[in-house]
Amino acid sequence: MIYLDHAATTPLDQRVLEAMLPYLRDQYGNASSVHAMGQAARRAVDQARGEVAALIGADPSEIIFTSGGTEADNLAVRGLPAAHGDVRTAIVTSAIEHHAVLHACRAEEVRGARLAVVRPDGRGRLDPAAVRQAVDDRTALVTVMAANNELGTIEPVREIAEIAHEKGAIMHTDAVQVAGQLPLDVQELQVDALSLTAHKFYGPKGVGALYLRRGIAVDPLQTGGGQERGRRAGTENVAGIVGFGAAARLARQEMEVRAAHMRTLRDRLWRTLCDLPGAERLGDPQNCLPGHLLVRFRGVDGEALVLNLDLHGICGSMGSACSSGSLEASHVLTGIGLDPQSAREGLRLTVGRGNTTQEIDETASVLRRIVERQRELMVSHG
Amino acid sequence: MSGGVDSSVAAALLVQEGYDVIGVTMEIWPEMSEEQMAHQGGCCSIGAVEDARSVCTALGIPHYVLNLRERFHQQVIENFRSEYLRGRTPNPCIACNREVKFSELLRRAAALDADYLATGHYARVEEAEAGYRLLRAADSRKDQTYVLWGLGQSELRRVLFPVGHYEKPEIRKVAQSLGLRTWDKPDSQEICFVSGDYRQLVTEALPKGRFVDRLGQDLGESPPITHFTVGQRRGIGLAAERPYYVLELRSGENTVVIGHREELDGRGCIVEDVHFVSDAWPEAAFDCTVRIRAHGREAPARVQPLGAGRVGVSFLEAQTAIAPGQSAVFYAGDDCLGGGIIEQAI
Repeated sequence: MIYLDHAATTPLDQRVLEAMLPYLRDQYGNASSVHAMGQAARRAVDQARGEVAALIGADPSEIIFTSGGTEADNLAVRGLPAAHGDVRTAIVTSAIEHHAVLHACRAEEVRGARLAVVRPDGRGRLDPAAVRQAVDDRTALVTVMAANNELGTIEPVREIAEIAHEKGAIMHTDAVQVAGQLPLDVQELQVDALSLTAHKFYGPKGVGALYLRRGIAVDPLQTGGGQERGRRAGTENVAGIVGFGAAARLARQEMEVRAAHMRTLRDRLWRTLCDLPGAERLGDPQNCLPGHLLVRFRGVDGEALVLNLDLHGICGSMGSACSSGSLEASHVLTGIGLDPQSAREGLRLTVGRGNTTQEIDETASVLRRIVERQRELMVSHG
Repeated sequence: MSGGVDSSVAAALLVQEGYDVIGVTMEIWPEMSEEQMAHQGGCCSIGAVEDARSVCTALGIPHYVLNLRERFHQQVIENFRSEYLRGRTPNPCIACNREVKFSELLRRAAALDADYLATGHYARVEEAEAGYRLLRAADSRKDQTYVLWGLGQSELRRVLFPVGHYEKPEIRKVAQSLGLRTWDKPDSQEICFVSGDYRQLVTEALPKGRFVDRLGQDLGESPPITHFTVGQRRGIGLAAERPYYVLELRSGENTVVIGHREELDGRGCIVEDVHFVSDAWPEAAFDCTVRIRAHGREAPARVQPLGAGRVGVSFLEAQTAIAPGQSAVFYAGDDCLGGGIIEQAI
């Protein structure tokens, strides 16, 4: 099995697993309990909070642990405007956000918020000037992803944050794809809120965080006990949070090496595929995450590529993963201006730290055969 | 794979025979609310995907969900709606088989480098010198050739109907012995996408119509014509000595022609959009048996080619309630020769 779908999720790092195991076995305390068991859990959660904060240049008190990226996005999109009065009710976002953000925005729109959706250019890059036109003094929140999950295109978050702040709006970024891959600093980006999740960088699934700049209020999505300073009630997922912390620490330490390795393999993969007839790389190669490769072979259905690769033991993706497992034309690819048919031709291969040169070469040769075979079939079946 | 017994056993039989099998389920429904899901049973529902997946897991074969929503919507649902609005009685299974399963799905299967597309239909395909023949199922009560008349040579050489060689009780036994959890799941209904009332699909606020008799005499106000099909007795609600039946629906005039039982009889029909399994158009009139509804009996008839994809069918004995929009399917013994859509009764 060759795994090239690291943008969907990554394998759990053995070292992360080791860090988590005590909290799945003997250290089962509730972090809110006063006794020694509880205190041990509390210390572990605090330490992890420090690691996650350090990954993004934040203060530990600014980290709210959640069940993952989707919850962090929902907390930001639904909880931030709600906490900022009735005057500012508008939200500005982009057409290529993850559904966790887009659907939350749509839900707010249904509840009466004015929603402006900014379209990116053909490479998936947002133009700050276009955002400027959409933001006004009624804007409560600007939410724009740090990098797109399908294209890998990195967005000009800082410029957009400056625009948001000029108009007095809060700036949130969904950084799920960037966190742990590339350096990320909330001071430098000037964002007020940022979402991240552990399983995109070799941590466990089911745990993520919303960074929320000190002094910014949020209406919680769920109430109950006073966990996470009253902003996210519920007994802490101690083992998950510990794993998140360990993954964050390892990502920070190994980031450069990992990114260089991924970039090398990704570029190698594209070099071996680019001469295939109709091959086209989508996105913005100059502003791209290190492991992302979104390709298209004109006229060849992305579904056929993904399924044939799977039958050869190679895991790729047509775009973002969908819960039902079926493959829809991607809103990201239609968002960058592809027609629905072309948008179904995208194939996303995302490299990870564990991939080898041999795997990349094997993938290239299998994919080459599949693409050629698809072209033959198109000729014979019309 | 619909998640039902027949396609599950079809997959199992092929695995036993040594084929390299890939399970696929068509996703054909728009994303649905919980409420819609609760009302939906039928052939390709969400629950069906889960059942099909579990069968594939048990068989140790891959399973994929293929998105055919757009195609299904255009070719089946829209066709169903527009046919009803024209006062016709469509058979969506036939549209689905012709325009979705044995065209687009077949193409997708070929894209997986599959040599065949197998389904759980009760029918048989046989290779003969003159080409591929479409034959009735071994279990004549379950035979589904009526909904497969749209298949031609290029489809038949690439399809397999593994259950068509067995009786249904045998199929259930195989399912049970394989431990398929769907072994006693009820047979899917005739119209997979309408578990309740098909008229939900044609609920556009249509004006009321008029009841008229054969001679055009007005008999009163009628519900919209989409509430009726030819041969229907229910829902007319006019007081009369003898019961009224729907004889004809005239969408242009928005009238429902009604009359008494004997007036439903017809000697024949014009059939359009005709296709022959052999892909060859007959040079002369021929005798065969013709079936004009999914569960009807076949009747001996003469088929006269008319050109432009049309034929005339004259029955030896009058048939009752010949409904435009339904398929007329031609048989010679066990051979399903082809069929077409009834344009009008004569």
